Amino acid sequence: MMRWLLLFLGGALLGGIVHLATVIIMPRTATQDAYSRLARIAPVNTVISLPAPTPESATMPFMDPAFATAICRYDLSHGTLKLTVPVSLAYTSISFYTRYDVAYYAINDRAAGRRVIELELMTVDQHNQIPEDEDVTAADRLIVDSPTLTGLIAIRALAPEAGLMPMAQSTIAAAQCKQQDEPKPAR
Amino acid sequence: MRLLLGTLFALAVAAVVGLGATYLALTRGAAFGALTIGSWTAWPKTGTLDADPYARATIARTGQLPIALGDGVSFTARSDDSGKLLDGRCDVVLSGITPAARFWTLTLYNVKGELVANAINRYGFTSQGIVRHADGSFAIVMGPRANPGNWLPTGGVERYTLILRFYDTAVGVSTKAGREIPMPATSTRSCP
Repeated sequence: MMRWLLLFLGGALLGGIVHLATVIIMPRTATQDAYSRLARIAPVNTVISLPAPTPESATMPFMDPAFATAICRYDLSHGTLKLTVPVSLAYTSISFYTRYDVAYYAINDRAAGRRVIELELMTVDQHNQIPEDEDVTAADRLIVDSPTLTGLIAIRALAPEAGLMPMAQSTIAAAQCKQQDEPKPAR
Repeated sequence: MRLLLGTLFALAVAAVVGLGATYLALTRGAAFGALTIGSWTAWPKTGTLDADPYARATIARTGQLPIALGDGVSFTARSDDSGKLLDGRCDVVLSGITPAARFWTLTLYNVKGELVANAINRYGFTSQGIVRHADGSFAIVMGPRANPGNWLPTGGVERYTLILRFYDTAVGVSTKAGREIPMPATSTRSCP
């Protein structure tokens, strides 16, 4: 009896380890996470508009139907990325996610304070390679550091009333993300 | 033989306990740093790089893109203020005021996170799309049949989830406790 109790306790302890391991491994093995879903429809380093969610179909669960959404799935391994997003009348936001769908940065139209939000996305290494004087002269240059080589940018514009949805959609349709030329090696 | 049986038993216990705990944690939405106000719960940290492993696993399992903290914060309700699960066959009233935010949206989802089909194709409200009382407060009725005022159709589904999202707000960034944040109250008014 005692023997089985000990085995049970040992098993439960091992179970705790199994639990922690599965929780930590989950993001790396998921095949239905947002990045994997979008990888099937979104080409690399291009903005695509997502269809508005309906009861029958939605790209992802829990999408906000009041927003028009566009996605840029990025890959920085061949150079930095330049993102240009015009601002809509109501509310426009740009959110950055890692390969494992964790948000690491977001900016909205008011925080950017311009009619067109322009951002450069690069890895920390690429950022360090920029010559210092260049970094200083362009004071209003917005640079975002990506913790991963690949990831997602979600561009979203609010339609405060249903009738304004076409306007929000046309705003984000004009957004662009473009790979910039490979930086020249520093001499 | 006894050793083999014993080992198999211990491994079986480990599998059941380990996988069971993972399943429960990820389906119940367990993550640290929850901000609960009435029936509403938000996990502001889930929208940042500080997201804990449970939050990361939940994000991966559901397949959603969480709202980034710099964008806004989202509150989820699965029950009314008395703890009764939200039932799409009942009339549920959401009333009161909301914390300061540039915009907010309220959306009704089924338990899988899909929008609920209805005759008027209305899936939620935005802060600009609702009718308010003179003092700025409002009431929204969730129910299967049309109601006067702000009516959010439930399509008669048994269980649903409400998500109230605040955009461009300080809620979640600076708040520690829920006392200072006014959230709308939810109560089940009538059930057939």
